[in-house]
Amino acid sequence: MAHQSTYEPKTAFTRWMDSRLPVIRMAYDNLLDFPTPRNLNYMWTFGGILAFCLFVQIVTGIVLAMHYAADTSVAFDSIEHLMRNVNYGWLIRYTHAVGASMFFFAVYLHIFRGLYYGSYKPPREILWILGVLIFLAMMATAFMGYSLVWGQMSFWAVTVITNLFSSLDSVVSGLGTGIVQWIWGGFAVNDATLNRLFSLHYLLPFVIAGLVGLHIWALHVTGNNNPTGVPLRDPKTEALPFHPYFTAKDGFAIAVFGLIFAYFVFYMPNYLGHADNYVEANPLQTPPHIVPEWYFLPFYAILRAIPSKLGGVIAMFGAIVVLFFIPWLDTARERSTRYRPIYKYFFWLLVVTCLALGYLGAKPPEGGYLVAGRIFTAYYFIHFLIVMPVIGIIETPKSRPQSIADSILGGGNSSQPAVAAAEKR
Amino acid sequence: MASTTDDPVTRRDFIHVAATAFAGVGAAAMLWPLVDQMNPDATALSLASIEVDLSPIDTGQAITVMWRGKPIFIRNRTPEEVEAAKAVQMDELKDPVARILGETVQEPATDEALTKSGYEQWLVAVGICTHLGCIPKGQRIGDERGPFGGWFCPCHGSAYDTAGRIRLGPAPTNLEVPPYEFLSDTRIRIG
Amino acid sequence: MSKILSMRNFRTSTLGAALLLVTAYASPSFAAGEAVEIPRQEWTFSGMTGYFDKAQLRRGYQVYQNVCAVCHGMRQLYYRNLSEPGGPEFSDARVKDIASQAQVTDGPDDNGEMFTRSGTPADKFVLPYPNEKAAAAAMGGAVPPDLSLMAKARAPAHAHAWYTEPYFWMVDIVTGYQEGGADYLYALLTGYADEPPAGIDVLPGLYYNEAFPGHQIAMPSPLADGFITYEDGTEETVANYSKDVTAFMMWAAEPKLEERKKMGLTVMIYLGIFAILMYLSKRALWRKVPH
Repeated sequence: MAHQSTYEPKTAFTRWMDSRLPVIRMAYDNLLDFPTPRNLNYMWTFGGILAFCLFVQIVTGIVLAMHYAADTSVAFDSIEHLMRNVNYGWLIRYTHAVGASMFFFAVYLHIFRGLYYGSYKPPREILWILGVLIFLAMMATAFMGYSLVWGQMSFWAVTVITNLFSSLDSVVSGLGTGIVQWIWGGFAVNDATLNRLFSLHYLLPFVIAGLVGLHIWALHVTGNNNPTGVPLRDPKTEALPFHPYFTAKDGFAIAVFGLIFAYFVFYMPNYLGHADNYVEANPLQTPPHIVPEWYFLPFYAILRAIPSKLGGVIAMFGAIVVLFFIPWLDTARERSTRYRPIYKYFFWLLVVTCLALGYLGAKPPEGGYLVAGRIFTAYYFIHFLIVMPVIGIIETPKSRPQSIADSILGGGNSSQPAVAAAEKR
Repeated sequence: MASTTDDPVTRRDFIHVAATAFAGVGAAAMLWPLVDQMNPDATALSLASIEVDLSPIDTGQAITVMWRGKPIFIRNRTPEEVEAAKAVQMDELKDPVARILGETVQEPATDEALTKSGYEQWLVAVGICTHLGCIPKGQRIGDERGPFGGWFCPCHGSAYDTAGRIRLGPAPTNLEVPPYEFLSDTRIRIG
Repeated sequence: MSKILSMRNFRTSTLGAALLLVTAYASPSFAAGEAVEIPRQEWTFSGMTGYFDKAQLRRGYQVYQNVCAVCHGMRQLYYRNLSEPGGPEFSDARVKDIASQAQVTDGPDDNGEMFTRSGTPADKFVLPYPNEKAAAAAMGGAVPPDLSLMAKARAPAHAHAWYTEPYFWMVDIVTGYQEGGADYLYALLTGYADEPPAGIDVLPGLYYNEAFPGHQIAMPSPLADGFITYEDGTEETVANYSKDVTAFMMWAAEPKLEERKKMGLTVMIYLGIFAILMYLSKRALWRKVPH
C-alpha cells in the first residue's frame, strides 16, 4: 500500500488476529484511513456509486435466480410469475432491470471523468486497464441478462449479436459459422443457448467483483488522481482519511443517486426498456425495429456505420480495444484537461460524438442518419488515434498549481474570498 | 439536550448519528422484501382443494393422493383396526394431542377426534413422518406396518398405530390430519 | 474553490455540447418516419399518485369478457386476481361465480383421461384456443395475441422532428409518462373508420385503422355503441368501452401498479430526508477542513 499503515490493534482479539490474518488492518487502511486528496469534486463519487450498483445487482440477481427458470418454454412466464405472484417480486425485478441502466449511467460518467482528468496517465495505466476490463465484463453481463427475459428483443438481440461472429467466415471459410453454432449449441438460438447464457450471467458479476477488488487495489497503490492532476505530496495538509470525510460525501452522493434510481424503479420501470420485450420470443417473427438497450447504442451505431459486415464488427470491437491503449496514446505533459487549452474542446467534441452515436444507434441506418453515423464514427477513432497524440505534443499547457495545497489554499487566485463567502451563505 | 443545542459539537454529532441511524433503518427496510420473497407465493397460497372418490377402496386397503405437494394417506380400516384404535387409553400415548391442520383448539388424540363421526372406518392423514419428513410404510398390502399395525417409518423406526398416532420411535407428534369433509358417503374434499 | 470553477466549466460546456449536437448536422435528408401521433389520454393510473378506478376496471372486465375473450386470452391471469387488492376487487363470491362458469380442462384422472370441470379462483383464465395453431386455423392465419401484457407490449413511436426528440424524452421522464401502451390501445380501439380515406386500398380480410402501423389490421372493429349494457349507468359508447377495457388491460399487465406507486412515495420521501441528512453530515465534517 502506498501509505504507512496507522492501524493499532486495541484488544487482545484484534492483536491475535493481526499477527495471523491482518484483514482488520487491511479494511482499516483501505476503507477507513486511506489518505484521499481533499480537492476531489463530486465527479469522484461515482466509484462509490458504482460499488453500490454492483452490490444491488448481485443481491437482487441472486434473488431473481431463485425464481427464474432457464428453459425456453417457461422462461418468459417464470418472470411474469415473479412479477405477479411472488412477494415483492415486481420490486426486485424492476430494481434489477433499472439497476442495469443506472450502473451504465454511472460507469459512463466515471469513464468520462477519468478521461477529463487524465486518470489513465502514468502511474495509473493498470488501474485504467482494469477499469476497461470491468466495462467489458459489464457489457457482456448486461447483454446476457437482457437475453434471459426471453422476450422478442431478448431473442433477436442474441440472434443478431451472436451472428456477428459469422463475419469471420470471410476470413476463413466456415470458421464464423462454426463459432456461432458453438455459442448456440445448435443451429439456431435455442434452449441450450439460454441455459449457457444464464450460467454465464450468474458467473460474470463475481468476475466483475474480483476485477473491482483489483481496481481498488491498484487505486490504493497509486493513490487517487485529483482535479489538478498534481500528485499528492503531503498527506497531512493535502489529504483526508477516507472515513469519515469521503464516506459521508459518497453517502450523500449515493442518496441523491438513489433518488433517481428509485424514481425510475417506482414510476418509470419500463421507460428504459423496450415494449417488444413484453412479447414472448417468437423465432418466426422479427420485430420491425431491433434496438439494443440504450447503453449499447453508440457501439451499435459504429457497427452499422461500416458498410462491410466484418469491418463493422472490427470497428465495434475496436472502439473498445482502443480504450486499452489510451495511456500510451495521450502524449500530453499535463494530466488534467483543466490546464489544456486546446484539448479541452476536443474532449467535449468526444462527449458530443458519443451522445450523437447513441442517438443514431436508435435510428434506422439510412439517409442522413447513416451519413452522420459515419462522420461521428470516424471522429471517435480520430480522437483517440490522432487528436490525443498530436494535441499532446503541440499544446502549451496553462500554468497550474504547484501542489494540491496551493490549489486548496488559493495559490494567489484572487477570486477565492468571494467564493468562500458565497459558500458560507 | 435542549440546553446544549447551541453547542456546535453536539449538533454536529447529532447529525452524524441521525444520518447513520437513518441509513440503518433504510437498509433494514430493504432487507424485508429480500426475505419475504422466499415465502410461499400467491399461487401456492391459492392452491385448490382436491376431491377424492373413495368407492374403489375396499376395507383394509389404502390409497395415497397428493394435496399441496404432500402425500395424503386414506385408509379404509377394518373393524378390528378401528376397535384397536378406540381401545387405546390417552396415557398410553406419546403425543396425546390430535394434530388437525388449521385447528387452533387442541383436542385429545382420541379416535373420535381423528375421524369424522359416521365414517369411523376412514382415516385421512398427511403421510409424512413427523420426525424428519420421510414417508412411512404401511399403505400397500405386504408393507411393514410396525408393532402397532398402522405405519412404520423406515428412516428411523417410528411406529404409528391405526389412528396415525406415534407410539414408538423418535417422531415427536402424531400424523397430521388435513382439513376435509365428506361430500357423500364415497366422496371427500380435502382442503 | 478552483474545483467549483471547474464544475461550472463542466456544466456550461455540457450546454455547449448539447447545442452543438443540435446544430452539428442539420441535414435535410433525414428519413421521415411514418409514425402516427397517438393522442395522450387522461388515465387515473398515470403519474406518481396513480391508481386504478375500480368501477372502471369492472366495466373493463365486462367488455373484455363479453367481446375480447372470444378470441384473445389472458394467460398470465388467475381468476383470483379479480378479487385481489389493487384490481377490480370483485367480491370473493362473485369471483367464485365467474370462475365456476369456466370449463377447465384437468387431469389426467385415474383412467388416464383428461376431463373438464368448472373453474375455481385458483385457476388461470381459460383460453379461447388450446394453442396458437388452433387459433391460426380458426382465424384464417392471424393469431389473436394474448392480452395479459398488451398494455406494456406496445409503445407509440415519437412523431417529432429528430432535433426535438431529446427534449420530449426529458419531458416524458419528468412527467413520469408510462402510458404509451394504454394510449395506443385506446387509439387503436377507437381508430376504425367506416370508409378508408381516399387513396388507400385495404386488402381483402383487413380493416382500415388509423392508429395501427400500416393502417391495415386483421381484427374487425370489435365494439359498437350500446353493444354491452353497463350496470352503473356509464354511457354505453365505443369511447367508454375502449377506455374501460384499456384500463383493464393496463391492470392485467401491471397488477401491482398501485402497490408500486404507493411504496414509491414512501421510498422517495425517505431518500429525500436521507439525502438531506447526509448532506448536513458531510457539510458538518468538511466545514472544519480547507478543501
